[in-house]
Amino acid sequence: MAYIPHTEQERQQMLAAIGVDDIDDLYGAVPAGVRFPDLELPDPLSEMEVMDELQALAEANLEVKHASCFLGAGAYNHFIPSVVDHILLRSEFYTAYTPYQPEISQGTLQAIFEYQSLMCQLTGMEVSNASHYDGATALAEAVILALNHHRGKRSKVVLSPTIHPHYRQVVRTYTQGMGLTLTGDENCENSPKELMALLDEETTMVAVQYPDFLGNLEDFSELGKAAHEVGALFCVVVNPLALGMLRPPGEFGADVVVGEGQPLGIPISYGGPYIGIFTTQEKYVRKMAGRLVGETVDVDGKRGYVLTLTPREQHIRRDKATSNICTNQGLIALATTVYLSMMGKTGLRKVAELCFHKAHYAAERIGALEGYSIWNKKPFFHEFVVKCPKPVAEINEALLDIDILGGYDLGEDYPELKDHMLVAVTEMLSREEIDDFTDALQELSHD
Amino acid sequence: MNFPEDLKYTESDEWIRVEGNLGTTGLTDYAQDQLSDIVYVEAAVDVGDAVAKGEAHSAVESVKAAADIYMPVAGTITEINEALAETPELVNSDPYGQAWLVKFEISDPAELDGLMDQAAYMKHVEEREG
Repeated sequence: MAYIPHTEQERQQMLAAIGVDDIDDLYGAVPAGVRFPDLELPDPLSEMEVMDELQALAEANLEVKHASCFLGAGAYNHFIPSVVDHILLRSEFYTAYTPYQPEISQGTLQAIFEYQSLMCQLTGMEVSNASHYDGATALAEAVILALNHHRGKRSKVVLSPTIHPHYRQVVRTYTQGMGLTLTGDENCENSPKELMALLDEETTMVAVQYPDFLGNLEDFSELGKAAHEVGALFCVVVNPLALGMLRPPGEFGADVVVGEGQPLGIPISYGGPYIGIFTTQEKYVRKMAGRLVGETVDVDGKRGYVLTLTPREQHIRRDKATSNICTNQGLIALATTVYLSMMGKTGLRKVAELCFHKAHYAAERIGALEGYSIWNKKPFFHEFVVKCPKPVAEINEALLDIDILGGYDLGEDYPELKDHMLVAVTEMLSREEIDDFTDALQELSHD
Repeated sequence: MNFPEDLKYTESDEWIRVEGNLGTTGLTDYAQDQLSDIVYVEAAVDVGDAVAKGEAHSAVESVKAAADIYMPVAGTITEINEALAETPELVNSDPYGQAWLVKFEISDPAELDGLMDQAAYMKHVEEREG
């Protein structure tokens, strides 16, 4: 049966109501010449021919399975146990979102509840939502939470310059027109001490990244305390995988912990879909955007799961809701849940330690090369900055010829760091690959 | 339902008790009955804020609805009932007593004349009950 929503009679009635004779008249404002441009499409192909063409396109791509990847900068190449995909392929779980009639989907709700529990354990926080779109939007939602916490009476947000540059851009886009002052990230050298000096009674939130975009690990305890002294919220952006071995931000006073969940079992596939982790303390739960699954009992006393604390925000208050985010990354949250369940506490720690040790091995070797030096003066996790003897783009182009994906060119985001490369090392790289990378860098420094 | 004679009422179901220049406000018995079990009360203002007539000073949430609570007349907030955060159910059990929401200094006493007395409010309730 064809699905035709309107009858001809209904269409005529609608046109009459708006005083138009013909549907085509509605397009009158579009110049006739561009209304139906010639698309110059090729002739139709058979399915077999289409498959050949797509296959050729796919093979023209260099993906991480056939390369050594030293590129990170927010998206990391980690091993994904096959059970993750296996569970994702179960059609019972097929949805990108929180279900619209949630309570009938007990399995989905239980998976989200477990996701939330795992995120709380990782971050050391009391409450997690069912996830956001990605790390950047999660940070923007943290800003919105802080603004609502202060009922719009504070308008200054202090951002560390070593929060991912894209995240800071998204925060600016998200909050444009709200009359906020976003400050702190003008100078890439701004440390917690400089950020502390910017805190005042106007500050709604201060946000930092841990490990930061340039790989460094800082002690943020004092900054957190200083934020609380002026009544501001303290937000920490994390790499959740690093928390396998690092102290959770909940232990040093974070009010909100957000981050990109991609390292936990999500492939790096052309930028997404990713998943935004959003956790906070219970006292802020009613200001938190998104979905929240709770555990309860039914009339027979049996365990069950429900969406909780949402009616007020999205269903009833509507225009007064603190955020219009009403859903989550359902399938991706499931993937991270399966990943973390598979790895367990010990497994996750092992992955984090492998990344840490391999990265430090690489840094030691690269630092010893003529013409190169390691920029980081503080402890780092699995990413570090290399000062190079020539433009990073030039080095990366040469590396690509031997199937090595070089590090991130920092010059664009941090003009002070021109000719500096951000190198990421994960458990996926063998010692041999690291040595090959180092040898290639050495060779490239000569000519 | 109980609607004390010494109070004034708004069309949006708030009451106000006037003592000198000081106003105390909360939700009426009818409002709490319509909302059913109240589970959350949150102030939307701070002490010292000047709040206009009709502007929200609090939000309450029940098991079936959420609602903003408005100022019956303009005033400057002098006190907020912090205890309700822990015991929101008082709005159901003692709407005119322990469950007052905010106290404030009345900015313009003339605004009180626009409010309903007990008889007018009871009629307002009856009309909606059909």
